[in-house]
Amino acid sequence: MEAVDSDDSLSRWKAHPLWHRDPGFIESLRLQLLPFATNQLADQHLAEDVVQETLLAAFQGADRFRGRAALKTWVFAILKNKIADALRKRRRGEVSATELDADGDGSSDDLFDRHGHWVDAAQPQGWGRPEETTGNAEFWRVIELCLDKLPAQQSRVFLMREVVQLDTAEICGALNVTVSNLNVLLYRARLRLRECLEDCWFERGEQC
Amino acid sequence: MLSCREATQLLSEARDRELGFKEKLSLRFHTLMCRACANFGTQMTLLGEFSRRFAGQDDASPSATGDPDTGGPESGK
Repeated sequence: MEAVDSDDSLSRWKAHPLWHRDPGFIESLRLQLLPFATNQLADQHLAEDVVQETLLAAFQGADRFRGRAALKTWVFAILKNKIADALRKRRRGEVSATELDADGDGSSDDLFDRHGHWVDAAQPQGWGRPEETTGNAEFWRVIELCLDKLPAQQSRVFLMREVVQLDTAEICGALNVTVSNLNVLLYRARLRLRECLEDCWFERGEQC
Repeated sequence: MLSCREATQLLSEARDRELGFKEKLSLRFHTLMCRACANFGTQMTLLGEFSRRFAGQDDASPSATGDPDTGGPESGK
């Protein structure tokens, strides 16, 4: 892909709602991307390419992320995803489709027993009335934390589906994954997200 | 008879496609008998709602440069 200079990749972001409310934020976010990528890739030039691709890719659907924490979560999900792709490419010399769901959280073996029933400790509890929780700033910090904890590809597809509200065909096309891979990624994301929310908020037993 | 693993997979997929008649029937039967999976089903909907509201929330956190946000928290959509 052609290199895009930083002015050009930033210019389209000037249309984003956050640019008007807090113009420094998007610039400061952009400045966080390169050190993060360089640290993971140990290659400044590759990191710069990855950051440029991230800024371009993140712009699709970015207008849905009107809050600072949410926009940061979205952009970093894409960045981490592209870093993982770059690392795999470097390791293997190619990216194969079957690797795209090898995202770390490979199985839900800890959640279900060998008959496929919920393990006692993992059984979803009732969450009560959501309107009683969602007014609380701390709750949104927990949501952010739980999204950031997800493996990169899972958080990215989850946000594309549930926030940007792309349909599965659009996500498959954009990320070059099969429908069955996407189903697996979304399933894992949802399993872990609800587990994290229950542990960190609704049950509060865990340290998060 | 669905296992909980299978039921939760269907509950996840129900967010993304229309389930078939047999799938809906098996799922309904399972969630009527399994409180854990019934809770999971509710939580699938809540996750979507929470995520969209998270996206609209302005957390008014300081920018990376350390400047405090002067605008104060804005109400989420």
